[in-house]
Amino acid sequence: MKKLKINSNTLLLLITIVLFIVMYAAGCIVYASKGFTHLQTFLNILINNAGLICVASGTTCVMLTGGIDISVGSVVAMDCMIMAVGIERWGWSSPVLMLFILAIGLVFGLVQGFCIAYLDIQPFIVTMAGLFFARGMTAVICKDQVSIVSDKIFTALAGYKIELPFGGYVNKKGTMLMPYLRITVIVALLVVLAIFLMLKYTRFGRSIYAVGGNQQSATLMGLDVKKTRLKVHMLASFLASIGGICYCLNTMAGTTQQATGLEMDAISSAVIGGTLLTGGVGNVLGTLIGVMINGTISTLVKSNGKLISSWSNIITAILLCFFIVLQSIFARIKEASK
Amino acid sequence: MMSKLKGLTKKQLFLPVFSMLLVMLLNVIYDIACGHAPLTFFTIAVKNGILYGRLIDILNRGTEAAILAIGMTLVVSSSAGTDISVGSVMSLYGGMCCMLLAGYGNVNVSNYAVPLLVGIGAGLLTTCVCGLFNGFLVAYMNIQPMVATLILWSAGRAIGLLLCNSQIVYVRVPSFQKIGGYVGPIPTPIIVAAACILVASLVLRMTALGTYIQSVGINKKASRIAGFNSAKIILLCYVICGLCAGLAGMVATSRIYSADTNNIGLNLEMDAILAVALGGNSLGGGKFNLAGSLIGAYTIQAIDTTLLSLGVSTAQSPVFKAVIVIMIVVIQSAPAKEFFKELSKKRNAGKGAASV
Repeated sequence: MKKLKINSNTLLLLITIVLFIVMYAAGCIVYASKGFTHLQTFLNILINNAGLICVASGTTCVMLTGGIDISVGSVVAMDCMIMAVGIERWGWSSPVLMLFILAIGLVFGLVQGFCIAYLDIQPFIVTMAGLFFARGMTAVICKDQVSIVSDKIFTALAGYKIELPFGGYVNKKGTMLMPYLRITVIVALLVVLAIFLMLKYTRFGRSIYAVGGNQQSATLMGLDVKKTRLKVHMLASFLASIGGICYCLNTMAGTTQQATGLEMDAISSAVIGGTLLTGGVGNVLGTLIGVMINGTISTLVKSNGKLISSWSNIITAILLCFFIVLQSIFARIKEASK
Repeated sequence: MMSKLKGLTKKQLFLPVFSMLLVMLLNVIYDIACGHAPLTFFTIAVKNGILYGRLIDILNRGTEAAILAIGMTLVVSSSAGTDISVGSVMSLYGGMCCMLLAGYGNVNVSNYAVPLLVGIGAGLLTTCVCGLFNGFLVAYMNIQPMVATLILWSAGRAIGLLLCNSQIVYVRVPSFQKIGGYVGPIPTPIIVAAACILVASLVLRMTALGTYIQSVGINKKASRIAGFNSAKIILLCYVICGLCAGLAGMVATSRIYSADTNNIGLNLEMDAILAVALGGNSLGGGKFNLAGSLIGAYTIQAIDTTLLSLGVSTAQSPVFKAVIVIMIVVIQSAPAKEFFKELSKKRNAGKGAASV
């Protein structure tokens, strides 16, 4: 059997996983009477955060190259608005709209990536402009809230339940309820799997790590650093668009204030999952767990019922603080041992 | 003449001043198109004993961004990173100050529970502590500024909400509203901004602090070897940034005489960072130009006000802001500069060939 090497990075991931399990177990014990032990509670976390999982996977890839993308939250809002207005006002069919949105994501990423990689402008500024642009475009497209009701395919997709054959429970009325998943969850998990395989086994994935580790040595190795950075930004915006569709399937509406701060949720999930903002270190599975931890916290706060919702922000922030301090300590130990 | 012009464009302040003038020109064109007097933009009148005019409005509304830009410039210069928590910290100030002034749990008061100065002092102290926290993480724990400040970005507003019990706390006392109101004919925020700018520039001019900050920003290790306490200087910058966020929060809170924690300072960190970048400062740290950042801050406000007068709603204006920002940074970028250089070289070469 291959011996599993434990270095500081895998240790961080382990801590994240353990923390998630402990947190969830604690929830199960404390809030057992409120249905926390049901499998559905766990699946609901996945359902509620399916969009975020897609978005955060893209953010992780960008962070791995040492860049940052803060435009994704606004892109999600813009996608939802296009989806809603497209169906309700323009009368487009939803599959066409989905393709349209994905294409917009690619173009959006292309422009941002070009400015960052080939014009050498700081990623933060470029994606901040992207954030403003997408958020403003949302309002330009439509100022009001638009709910999606008329498209049959879309509502069917949103309402479709994939029931699991196990883990059901009998509710108070005596009917057996089976736990279910939504299509968005399947999409999100497929995205994570695809990104995981891509990062691990493809040329592009390996060059992402190389560029993030050290741009100069990546160039010397013969990698096209600029092209990699361009592609990774396209990937992030594309995944943000997929996330946007998932998000829209969840909310079934487009508003201008949708998904504000989602980019920061994505970044904090990635950081909790062990991705360093300096690039080169991280894993998309960690990000998935990071999202799950965030989701668990808000579920815990909701289950309590007495705490106001801002507590979940505070607890996330404390966790974030814990993790980045831990990362910094590990980095220091590594430095000292060199 | 040409060479003089070229020298001018190379100055760091050229870009911010140029964009400011551009915005003003746009206003003049708009006024002419609408049939107003061409200089409506610049006219300042006294109505009901209060200064009135678009220019005054820009100065007044731009106060928060300008004050934040002071702190942000120092943070960017010293630590090569941005403090994204300032907007949240502003809202935390609002929560703290109004909670103390109104007494915990009260939502609408017309009398102070504690003296005004205690409320403001406690609020500013809180924001300084926030700065200290950010600074400690960045300077002593070696965490990238954006990640370190992400913590308070998320927690600051939440704590503010907690202090106010998730409600909007109104403090309807005239002396509290004064800070966001008027002193004589002049809007108080303008005076606050002027005082902040004056103090900041005096401190940076009279002491060597500015030089220290720049040297730390250019090379942290070298400065430490040269005998500066780099970490302490970075820490100080973050505390100043926290204080600036507090002062901006003070103006923003008094303007609406309430702690609307959900909305105070929302996205203002973006404006502050933008102001620094527009001012021709590199976000990679090192040399800074405070005047540039300040002009940048007011330019952003001028863009906002102009768009508003053009009938673009506040929700839509970010589109134009984004386009303007991208245009400015693309022109500033190294490849674009090289391109222009090549272009002028080719033109000169063409001229030389023609003269022969």
